[in-house]
Amino acid sequence: MTKLLELKNVSKTFPGVKALQGVHLDLNGGEVLGLVGENGAGKSTLMKILTGIYTPDPGAEIWLQGQKVDVKGVNHARDLGLSIIHQELNMVPDLTVAQNLFLGRPGSHSKGIVNERKLNEMAGELFDKLGMNINPKAYIRDISVARQQMVEIARALSYDSRILVMDEPTAALTLAETDALFGMIRDFVTPETGLIYISHRMPEIEEITDRVSVLRDGQYIGTVTTKDVEMREIISMMVGREVSGDARPRTTVDSDEVVLKVEGLNTKHLLRDISFEVRKGEVLGFAGLMGAGRTEVARAVFGADPKQSGEIYLHGKKVNIRAAADAVRAGIGYLSEDRKAFGVLLEQDIKQNAVMAAMKDFNIGGFILDGKIKTVGQEMSDKLRVKTPSVNQLLGKLSGGNQQKVVIAKWLVRNCDVLIFDEPTRGIDVGAKEEIYQLIEQLSTQGKAIIVISSELPEVLRVSHRIAVMAHGHITGILDNADANQENIMELATVGKAQVDGAAA
Amino acid sequence: MSTNAQGTDTPVVESGVSRFLKSSIQQVFVFAALILIYVFFMFAAPNFAQPSIFLDIVQQSAYVGVMALGATFIIATGGIDLSVGTGMTLVAVMAGVFLSGDWLNLPLGGGLILILLVGALMGLLNGLNISVLGLPPFIATLAMMMVARGLALVISGKSTISIKNPGYVWLANGELIPGVKNAVLIFVVMAIIAGVMLNKTLLGRYAIAIGSNEEATRLSGVNVRFWKTMVYVTAGVFMALGAILYSARFGFVQPAEGVGFELNVIAAVVIGGTSLAGGRANIIGTVVGALIMETLKKGLQMMSIAQEWQLVVTGVVVLIAVFVDIVRRKRATAV
Repeated sequence: MTKLLELKNVSKTFPGVKALQGVHLDLNGGEVLGLVGENGAGKSTLMKILTGIYTPDPGAEIWLQGQKVDVKGVNHARDLGLSIIHQELNMVPDLTVAQNLFLGRPGSHSKGIVNERKLNEMAGELFDKLGMNINPKAYIRDISVARQQMVEIARALSYDSRILVMDEPTAALTLAETDALFGMIRDFVTPETGLIYISHRMPEIEEITDRVSVLRDGQYIGTVTTKDVEMREIISMMVGREVSGDARPRTTVDSDEVVLKVEGLNTKHLLRDISFEVRKGEVLGFAGLMGAGRTEVARAVFGADPKQSGEIYLHGKKVNIRAAADAVRAGIGYLSEDRKAFGVLLEQDIKQNAVMAAMKDFNIGGFILDGKIKTVGQEMSDKLRVKTPSVNQLLGKLSGGNQQKVVIAKWLVRNCDVLIFDEPTRGIDVGAKEEIYQLIEQLSTQGKAIIVISSELPEVLRVSHRIAVMAHGHITGILDNADANQENIMELATVGKAQVDGAAA
Repeated sequence: MSTNAQGTDTPVVESGVSRFLKSSIQQVFVFAALILIYVFFMFAAPNFAQPSIFLDIVQQSAYVGVMALGATFIIATGGIDLSVGTGMTLVAVMAGVFLSGDWLNLPLGGGLILILLVGALMGLLNGLNISVLGLPPFIATLAMMMVARGLALVISGKSTISIKNPGYVWLANGELIPGVKNAVLIFVVMAIIAGVMLNKTLLGRYAIAIGSNEEATRLSGVNVRFWKTMVYVTAGVFMALGAILYSARFGFVQPAEGVGFELNVIAAVVIGGTSLAGGRANIIGTVVGALIMETLKKGLQMMSIAQEWQLVVTGVVVLIAVFVDIVRRKRATAV
């Protein structure tokens, strides 16, 4: 039987970097193929070549159902039935669902006049066919990320796609929403169609894929049948070494000294009576479902958002934090969950980003010490093993994992006592994740008080000495790591309104 | 931490020379464009190829050039200043108020300080409106542009003000270095100061950081409001210097002038390769940008081409410069 899709000898060279080297990939009809690899392994580049966004180096071949094709561009790829749903959704928030669905495609208007009613009807029919319950007239900005993603999927399917690529589709989804997505994937796959699923989340790969192909450093490592292998083996293929399965912190907290104490924190809309403390050398995890208020706690403590009431004590002394600058001065560092928007300067280089929070140490009378910036930037880049040709590289040219390392460097250079990591490994591959866990561990043994917010329970259990669980703006419980497991955390995370909403996993 | 294969295959570090060439390619390009235009006029316009003409161009570009130096900082933050044209006229009118024999007749030193303060104050108002009240720079400075024009007309009573203070006139027309007008000298000195400020001081570094990602800069603990305000104050001082060069040259001020000058200032900055989106700025480019504008003006004048056509040509040059910049930027960010 001919393969649905075959990629042969695909290479891609960017100035100075060989992103892909002779990669091979094949997809059978009726199959979900997992595509895994660390950040920078070339997964996205490969998929961008498949869907016509990039042109491969000469010598590459793409075969569709036994026919060699030459993908000339995005529209051509779409005509061939190749669609991709990107990690970052491409939608216009100020237009409705139906308007987005038909944006820029034939049939959306007649002679320049848009027939709104017809658009809504067509969208409604499409959603009915796919079994999605989405209002075509709703504005994109008013619906949840999960629903936006469904719209993207509907859009891709409406092009009669034969091959659909999903790049990290569950990054912003809850468990229930992920289940719904998987249902949709299973419905999509017929003997004439296939799906390529890119994810860092191994449990998802295990559940949804039939086979898994692994890339590492731009090279094709191999393909395995999912049910025949342990996930650990796939991870080893990805990182090129064995990964330990140890899921709990290896350090203990020796000090009784409370570094950060938060008392009775309230915000206008969400947070109610948040109180907790973090000791010297301790990692306090924050678990909870999306929207529970974990990020809001971090932002309020850091002064990024206004508080309504509540006190913050550092080393027993009350501090008045009204802006991020106050928090940084007091020695609190915050690594945002949204790196690109809040963490890095994409157009500036590594060394400048690394010292951004500590410029007071890198100037004399307002004059900048570029030599010192270079030295420290280089030092941090080496220490955190940022993968780059030089510290003069612009941040925009680094992979997500390497960008995150630079953000960590920023707060290390600042030498903060309190570090708040908000989803520190979001979009970061398995190998680099463990590196970041070790880094957090190292920092805690150096006496830093650390808060780690994470949606991944294994991650919270891996790094935290204690775990605060949140639901609907309240802390519903604080567990010692020894007493905590995924089940009792989920129980605390789904109390109250959650049960009413039926969001319990 | 354990080492693995991932960290060891780091590509070779770029050499300093190639990095320099890469980072300064925009300057090289703008400079080449200036020379090209210059050479063209040497053939096309009679008498253009004289040193005196060149000095004339530099001198006439000085006041727009100095103001463009300040505007470079604003544009680096992703902002814009529409008030620099009529603001310049208002400062020049105030120079008349301070120094003219018919008005306050202050000594030169004190007068100059007050003139610079007026510029700084206007910058401060722009800065506060933008960073504290949160007005978009376009709107805040548009309003300031109207206010400044109105005030200039009101204060002057719509009549020409002459500033006959010989020291003041000397500032632009004197020759501290024989053969070179002071206006040229001031332009050069201010360009060096602006270059140092942009590349070697906190003000410049933060201006670029704010232009790159204001929110990330704020969350790095930088007092963005303060630094943004300082950027506008700085630009205000440069504007006041421009006003001095402009009014000292002829020794009088027409209070209705200055409208539209802000566009020349912005054009000089943009031709020089500073991105209107913020995050990237270039002082040498701004200097060359101002020179290109003035060279075009002078050259077309000497070819006896009507003034109206100069506007057309300048517009086309701005389009080309921005287009080249966009193409270059796309290439640079493609991964």
